[in-house]
Amino acid sequence: MDILEKEKKLLKLEEELKSLDDPSAIKQITSQIKDYKQEMMTELNAWDKVLLARHPKRPNAQDVIDHIFEDFIEMKGDRLYSDDRAIIGGVAFYKDRPVTVIAQQKGKTTEDNIHTNFGMPHPEGYRKALRLMRQAEKFKRPIITFIDTPGAFPGIGAEARGQSNAISENLFAMSDMEVPIIAVVLGEGGSGGALAIGVGNHVYMLEHSIYSILSPEGYASILWKDSTLAQKAAEVMKITAPDLKEFNMIEGIIPEPLGGAHHDYKKTFDSIDQTLDQALQSFNNKTAQEIKDQRYNKFRSLGFFQRFNYDNLKGVIS
Amino acid sequence: MKPDELKSQLEKQKQFKHRLMHKQSQSINPSKQPDVPKGLYKKCDGCGETFSAKKLEKHTQVCPSCGYHFRLKAVDRLRYLVDEHSFKEKGLGYISLDPLFIEGYEQKLEDAKQKSNIDEAYIYGYARIEGMPLVIGVMDSYFMMASMGSVVGEKIAKSAEYAIQKRLPLVMFIASGGARMQEGIFSLMQMAKTSGAIKRLHEEGLLFISVLTHPTTGGVSASHATLADIIIAEPNALIGFAGPRVIKQTIKQDLPEGFQRSEFLEEKGMIDTIVHRHNLRHTLHKLLSMHEVSGV
Repeated sequence: MDILEKEKKLLKLEEELKSLDDPSAIKQITSQIKDYKQEMMTELNAWDKVLLARHPKRPNAQDVIDHIFEDFIEMKGDRLYSDDRAIIGGVAFYKDRPVTVIAQQKGKTTEDNIHTNFGMPHPEGYRKALRLMRQAEKFKRPIITFIDTPGAFPGIGAEARGQSNAISENLFAMSDMEVPIIAVVLGEGGSGGALAIGVGNHVYMLEHSIYSILSPEGYASILWKDSTLAQKAAEVMKITAPDLKEFNMIEGIIPEPLGGAHHDYKKTFDSIDQTLDQALQSFNNKTAQEIKDQRYNKFRSLGFFQRFNYDNLKGVIS
Repeated sequence: MKPDELKSQLEKQKQFKHRLMHKQSQSINPSKQPDVPKGLYKKCDGCGETFSAKKLEKHTQVCPSCGYHFRLKAVDRLRYLVDEHSFKEKGLGYISLDPLFIEGYEQKLEDAKQKSNIDEAYIYGYARIEGMPLVIGVMDSYFMMASMGSVVGEKIAKSAEYAIQKRLPLVMFIASGGARMQEGIFSLMQMAKTSGAIKRLHEEGLLFISVLTHPTTGGVSASHATLADIIIAEPNALIGFAGPRVIKQTIKQDLPEGFQRSEFLEEKGMIDTIVHRHNLRHTLHKLLSMHEVSGV
């Protein structure tokens, strides 16, 4: 039974609760619900996390922006081709200080999702992000990004307009920005499409979010030629927040309320807010050079390999 | 994965690789023999004609009849391109580990080493083209489709740093199926690493030329490959972010003829120029002369 089926059972219990009048029965069901919620969240496997990260009711970037920032003014377009709705960005006040916010936006309904292309950006989305990051750098504003995408969109137009180039230019520019960049993975962090706004001084993940090189479905189909092995892939790939923390790829995990972010928006926003505030404060007295170096050195050191006895090796001579 | 578990695994792998490397160090030099496939004849994927390996070797693995460019091993690329005896490999001794414990990965790495004669999918070093010094890096698609894992990412960054240290231009031959799936998130992060290293190269005012060869896709095309001052492609190479199969599945329609090929990218303004393999040495030499910087 995966987490979504368990949620259904929970929903049934909650329905039952509503129909009850007898105080002792209510008390019994209430405690049963609490216990069940506790139980279903303690035995989450990686696939459950995938389902939670993709949960249709999970707070999306716009929800987070509306509740954490003040006076958000959206800035649209890449000034080259169009405005990509899969990435939203703009300026806002955060604790009375101007910041630039860039976020990947998923919808909650099918209609919304068609509008935002299921959070899969085209090159123009990444170029808009880059334009806003350069703007932030000029006016010395911190940059806050929210990641929530299955990946960059694979399509004819996206390729024709240089998806590769759009992503690489972002990685390139972000490696050298003079202002702090804080990235938060809200739901799905899918491949280069996520990293293209994810080269942060600090990177955080929500407790039940995932960050991976490819979707588990894609991974299974590439490695084992069978996309139905996605659940197995999710386990093998090490994509959960605790996995990435252990690999030292993220600075911290943002706790979610019991049952997942969609069970209590307010609590979720509060813990994101707290983390952001602390993260930004840690850069208060840093110089531009220190900010650049910290980010560069962090990504420069990521990798898992060994090097030894190279003095004796001759290598290729031609 | 607990830290001590990781440590013991690391130790185990270290010993394993150590044995491997000692066995390898004798055979690491490329044979002076040309890259002859098992048979003495090779069929062209472009026109279907069959040619003797000797004839193909003479034509630097380009089909004499239709101009189809066969994929090249890194050692052959160097042999065709740089001045004789000028290449000195740098950045040796890197060993790929198996961070996610993927079944069969270690074996695959070993097989790839045998097949390609090099110890990872990217080699770099100092070389000369018509006497002009440069740092040259080559990704080898015979090594696990030149996918980028931790070692490839690290060596690419190192090659950029080596170019900075020596104040030399960097020419990189790209070929890649994308990220090394077996190393998961570690592979993804290499994109940020290589892009950052290339950024520093540019800051130093040094020339970076990338030559995209068949195929250049995925995480590699979306990082260092497209961050060059000059982007050259070999004819008819597949170049793109998403693979054609994935795109086809997503949009559920057939892809146009020639989609994601070098000529398509040239038309869309994504690359500077397409250069035939026979002209590469000449073109690179001219470009290097136009950007001459003082050598070591």
